[in-house]
Parts: sequence; structure tokens; C-alpha cells
Amino acid sequence: MTSKPLKQIHLAAHFPGVNNTTVWSDPKAGSHIEFSSFAHFARTAERAKFDFLFLAEGLRLREQDGKIYDLDVVGRPDTFTVLAALAAVTEHLGLTGTINSTFNEPYEVARQFASLDHLSDGRSAWNVVTSWDAFTGENFRRGGFLQQEERYSRAKEFLTTTNELFDSWHGDEIVADQTTGVFLHDAKVGSFVHTGRHFDIHGQFNVPRSPQGRPVVFQAGDSEEGREFAASSADAIFSRHAALKEGQAFYTDVKNRLAKYGRRSDQLLILPAASFALADTDAEAEDLAREVRRQQVSGATALKHLEFVWNRDLSSYDPEGPLPDIDPDVSDNHISKGRAQVRMYRDPLATAREWRELAAANNWSIRDLVINTGNRQAFIGSPTTIAKTINDYVQADASDGFILVPHITPTGLDDFADKVVPLLQEQGVFRTEYEGPTLRHHLGLEHPDAADDRAAS
Amino acid sequence: MSSTPASRLHLAVALDGTGWHPASWREQVARPRDLFTAAYWADLVAEAERGLLDFVTIEDGLGLQSSQFGKLDGRTDQVRGRLDAVLTASRVAPLTRHIGLVPTVIATHTEPFHISKAIATLDYVSSGRAGLRVQISARPHEAGHFGRRAFPLIDLSELQSPAGQERLTDLFDEAADYVEVVRRLWDSWEDDAEIRDVATGRFIDRDKLHYIDFEGQHFSVKGPSITPRPPQGQPLVTALAHQTVPYRLVARQADVGYVTPQDTGHARAIVAEIRAEQETAGRAGELLHVFGDLVVFLDDEQAAAEDRRARLDALAGEPYTSDARVFAGTPAQLADLLQEFASEGLSGFRLRPAVAGHDLPAITRGLVPELQRRGVFRTAYEADTLRGLLGLARPANRYVAA
Repeated sequence: MTSKPLKQIHLAAHFPGVNNTTVWSDPKAGSHIEFSSFAHFARTAERAKFDFLFLAEGLRLREQDGKIYDLDVVGRPDTFTVLAALAAVTEHLGLTGTINSTFNEPYEVARQFASLDHLSDGRSAWNVVTSWDAFTGENFRRGGFLQQEERYSRAKEFLTTTNELFDSWHGDEIVADQTTGVFLHDAKVGSFVHTGRHFDIHGQFNVPRSPQGRPVVFQAGDSEEGREFAASSADAIFSRHAALKEGQAFYTDVKNRLAKYGRRSDQLLILPAASFALADTDAEAEDLAREVRRQQVSGATALKHLEFVWNRDLSSYDPEGPLPDIDPDVSDNHISKGRAQVRMYRDPLATAREWRELAAANNWSIRDLVINTGNRQAFIGSPTTIAKTINDYVQADASDGFILVPHITPTGLDDFADKVVPLLQEQGVFRTEYEGPTLRHHLGLEHPDAADDRAAS
Repeated sequence: MSSTPASRLHLAVALDGTGWHPASWREQVARPRDLFTAAYWADLVAEAERGLLDFVTIEDGLGLQSSQFGKLDGRTDQVRGRLDAVLTASRVAPLTRHIGLVPTVIATHTEPFHISKAIATLDYVSSGRAGLRVQISARPHEAGHFGRRAFPLIDLSELQSPAGQERLTDLFDEAADYVEVVRRLWDSWEDDAEIRDVATGRFIDRDKLHYIDFEGQHFSVKGPSITPRPPQGQPLVTALAHQTVPYRLVARQADVGYVTPQDTGHARAIVAEIRAEQETAGRAGELLHVFGDLVVFLDDEQAAAEDRRARLDALAGEPYTSDARVFAGTPAQLADLLQEFASEGLSGFRLRPAVAGHDLPAITRGLVPELQRRGVFRTAYEADTLRGLLGLARPANRYVAA
């Protein structure tokens, strides 16, 4: 332990999402759509020297039982557009956007990321996600039904193709010599040809090489294919494993996959999403954590979450009463649309049986059960406790840092910035100043040209 | 000269690279190496805002610029490459307070769902100053960037042929559908849909969200948008039009149409045609601005403007021609011309600075004071939104039961 140098922690800020982690009912909760909320959140993250801000995305409003789901925050801005505006109110903070590879085309996405990278002086990052559902596809030209097994095949080819577009300019094409009248050194700038299973495109890309060369690439899926995709192609993983043991297992698993792609361990960062309950003392933080969990799981929300498993309309049940006696509907047609978490319950009958037993043993109502079986905050405690826990986890290789998910918009990060970050800085494990201009600098990732040069030599 | 608001002119500036003359980048003021930085665009828009202009448009395209109509030209002596216009507008929005921001979007290859939320978001980040300029692309090489459709090469001279007209009609019909979807999505949330009702646990009243259920020849879109209704309700929709097919798009879907009259008689004829199409489209009572597009070389002396034009033409190796009338002269002469055009029914102008670094400041510091002296241009911003600057009311939501 003593001989090993301390790892530097990476921290990021996830804008509170369109799900029940976000507590909109709290009097402190502000707008989820006004730009002032995004600006406050980004400035707080930058004041705290965070690596980047993270935006999730969903391209169709979620539905349950054929109706738009109305219990969580609904509505969000366009990812690219709000990130470009945030580039104007920050100077150093990385700007990570989730952009879907199913309902976009590589040429347009490459233009948008290259433009964002120019407009932010090298701070753009792309969390590449895939969709499989015809439900979301109803909003798009392609209609969009993609066989589930095709998701990663399209995503991989999409990323390969955008990389070809990013690399189609090398950075030295623009001469702009006003005396000689030479603007470009070569008329064939940006030439590309891609012929593949999903994309058959050719031409000349029209955005010059951006400061980072390519945006930093994140991957978020947890499946076997998702992990391989990350190991082969991503710079960082937005993971869901914030707990120590699960985090270590995931970290080891994914980092061990890198060698076969000729990559080093430090070329892929593991950054789990982590919620937190921060208060002056550990005891107060425990109280806060419980209170927030109750805010996150209202009676109405508890019934809707039970419906994910039961796959039935349970609106006639009392959330403060016992669990339903009837069994889940296990037919394919699922009550909930536009959510990833539904697929977590692979054996609803077994889950229902287990939950009934748990509720009976603990004398839990439906709401108690949903609160107690749902995710607790990843970090609960005083500033000292949370700083120590985060540092311990990172040094123990459960992660390379965390993407913090506050539950209040837009001020949910303020206390963390003011109270926890200084402790991490005192311990010498978190930067006190930004050391370079681009997000790649913050994350310790080399410029793609450097990697290519090494591969070529 | 009366100074009632009705006689006032609206002014927009069209931003494109270092300016509209292909040799503009070679002028000392041009900053060609800054073209791909945010600071360059922020400076131009700040200058336009200093001149109290209604809005700026930002050109865009899905391929390299070209001096030829339908294909790349292989030239290396002109500006090539550009940044996404919507993102450029958004990057500038927090740095400005009053001026409208109208990026170009290409309907032919992009998703109306994405663009609707992008422009709605631009409206949020600018607090109600967003618009779009919708454009089509008939270029085969740009279709090749997407690989979904193959377009045959078409020459400018072939556009008037039956086959050319058929293709144009198809692309503009698609653009009209596109704008229809974009507009429906903007209305797909009622303004008061977010209720935050703690008692029932409901964040929204889902009865105030609406499926748009659009089905067209090129796409179907279900909705609702993922972005709530933007501050202006309906951000500004604009389009450039040179003939009947696009005039029809303007008449059906736009708030502002840009046209290219060569003289006052031409202006009168264009306005008459658009008004007739507007009536056919059932929008006779609605305010639809028709702006004249002009390329401008503006100097204190007419000879200086003409010399500058000649110098740039010499650098380019050929005389500059444009779809729009090219003006070279003084602010007073330009003001005279704009007032003549205005008397034929144009309510404003979109000026294309020949050299952005020279002619934009000449507009804001020369033309604008001249128009103000004549009582036909604002002396301060009088509204908080772009629609407000253009005298357009915030529209009712089409999905709200009357």
C-alpha cells in the first residue's frame, strides 16, 4: 500500500435525470428546463474543478400502461444545443452528452461533435448509447426497429464511421494565407469512404479537425457486448457499480479485457454513477438519506415500480398496504415503455415471491418494500466520511472516480463542491487547478494522434 | 416621413464565413484563421446586436462549400469547412441579450424530431430569441454523406425543366412536412403542462401533452417532444425563396421569407405572388414578413465601395455574381434603395455583408444611424423576444381546446 502512488480521483456531475432519483417535490427543487439551472449546475461543477458535466438523453417520453409517465421529472433540452450554450458559461469543464447511435446518422453526429469540440476549445465527450425499440423509433425517419442483437453491431459501426469522419481532417489543411490566396492545402480534404453493413457513405467531411481530434468516448451498457464494446472502443465507462465489491469486480473484469485490444489499463476510465446524502454529521446524513428515499418513492411511484415486476395495472392497490396476492403477468407485451430498468427483472415470478416474503418478514407496505429494495444512496455521511469513502474506493480500484448524481436541481451539488472537494484536495487526490485546456487533459487521456503515432511506429 | 411602427424596417444580417464574396477571407479584417472558434462568431453577433438588428442568420450546409451549383468545385482558394449553425448560435446565445439567432437547418437529410428540440432549446438558452432558416439539399454528394437516398446530378439550368421542377417540388414538399412536424412538436406540450402537484405525485398533467401523429410521404413522427414548449411558443421559421415552389413553402409555413428582387417591379411581383399563395394556404390574415436579400459593399464613398468590389473580384479571378442584387455604395444610397423596396411591400431586409469584418460594422455604424435619422429603424430594442421584435404575437397552442 505504501509503495503504490495515490491515484488521482476523477469527479463529474450528472445533471439530475428524468427518473425518480430526482426529487422535484422538494421546495428547493428548481427548473429542469430553464438554462439558468444548467448554468448554475455547470458553474458549480467547474468551481469544484470537476472533470466534466454529464447529460443523459431519452428520445421518447416514457409510458406506462399506454399513458405518458407523469410521476417523475418529464422534459429535457436537446443535448448538443444545451452543451454548446454551456461552453459559453464555463471555461474548463468537460461537456459530455449522451447521443443515441440508433436514431442518428454518423455524418451529422460527427459534424455536431466536431463543432462542439471547436466551440468549447476541446471539451466535448460522447456517451454512445443504443436503442432497440420501435417505440422510440416512432419519432424518427428510420422508424427504427432494430433487432436487439443488432444494437451493438450498429453502435460499433457507427462509432467506427464517426472516427473515420473525425480523422478525415488531420489538422494542417487550413493554410489561410491571405497573400498567396491559398486557403486549403488540398482540395480533397475530409475525403472518406465507408462501406459496411449499416452504413454505406462517401464524400468529404466539412468540419476541420477539432482540438481534441475526436470527442472523448463514453460507453454505458453493462451487458457482455457492452463491456467488450467499451474495452475495444471507449475512453471511459459510465458504470452502475458504485458499491465497493461490485465495483472492484466490474473494474477488474473490464480492465482485463483491454489487453486483447492492445490497450493499457489507463486508457479506459471506470466512472460509476453515484448518488449521495451529505450532511454535517453521519447521523444527520442517515436521516437525510431516509427522508430523500421517501421523497423519491411516493405512494404513486411505489405502485408504478411494482408494476414493472407485476406487469399489471396495480392502481387499485393501497401503497401503504400489503403486496398483491396475484402473480405477475409474464407475457411479452410489457406495461412499461421507454425504460431500461424493466429488463432487469428477468424472472418476475421469482422476484414477486421474494418480495412477498421480504415484506411479510419485515411487515413492509408496498411503499416500504420499494424504498428498501431500491438503490440507497451510494455515499451517505459527513463530508469527512464521504471524502474518505470515495478516496478509499478509488484507491482500492473499485473505480477511477465517480459521476455524482444529485437529487436536487440545480443546487444539489453545491454542498459537495464546498465541503467534500476541499477534503479530497487536502489529501492530494483531487486537482486544485485545471492542468490543461481539454477534457482529455483532465482525464489523463492522450490525444488520438499520439496514440496513432505510437501504433504506427 | 412618418415614424409609426408600420413604416419601420426590420434588418437582419446573414453570416457566412468571412463574408459573401468568395475572396472576402483575403481582406485584412477577415480573420480567416479564427473561423472555427467561438470568439469569431461571438464578435460578429455582438456587432450585429450593437446595431440593434432584429436577428442574424447563420448559413450551414452538409457538405463543403462550392462555387458550383450541384457539385464540389475542387477549389483551394476559397473558404471551405464550417461549424454546425445551430450549435454556433447556441454558443453565442448566452453572450447576447436581445438579438435573434436564426441558424440554417437542412430538412432534406436531418430529423425533424431532433431539430424541433434543438431550436426549442436554443429558444430556452436565449430566453426567446430563436428561429430557424429551413433549406433543402438537392446535391448528390451531400446525399452520399447519408447513404439513404441517391439524387441525380442536376444543373442550375435544368431546374426549370419539368423534371427539375418535380424534384424541387418533392424536396420542398418534404421541407413543408418537416416544418409542420417541427411546429407541431413545439406545441406538443401546453404551456402549463408542468404542474408539480405534490398531493398526487404528478410532475406533469399528461392531458396537456399531445401526440402529433404526423404521417407523411418521407417520415412519420409520433411525439410528443421531449422538450417542453419553448418560451416563444413557436420560434421563428424562415426560408429563402427564388421561385414559385419555394414561395409556396414560405406562404404555407414561414414567418419570414427572404426573396431576391432585382428591382422594385420585381419586388412588387414577388410580394404579390407570395400574398396570393398565402391566401391559398389559408393564412391571409397572418403577419408574414417578406424580406429582401441584398449583398452589400458599404463605404462612406461610393467609389471606395466599388473599388473594394473590384479589388475582391480581381483576387477571386472573376466578377462576383449572386442570386441576390449586389449593392456597392454609401449608407445613404442603401437607405434610399431599402425604402424604395419597402414601398413595394417588403417589410425588412436580410443583408449579406460582402466582407463580414468590414460590411457588418458598416451596416451597424453607418446604415443603422442613417435609417434612424430617417425615423425608420428602432433606436433601442423594444421587445424581449424575437417574435416581439418582428411584431409577431406569441401564438396560441394548436392543441389547446378553444
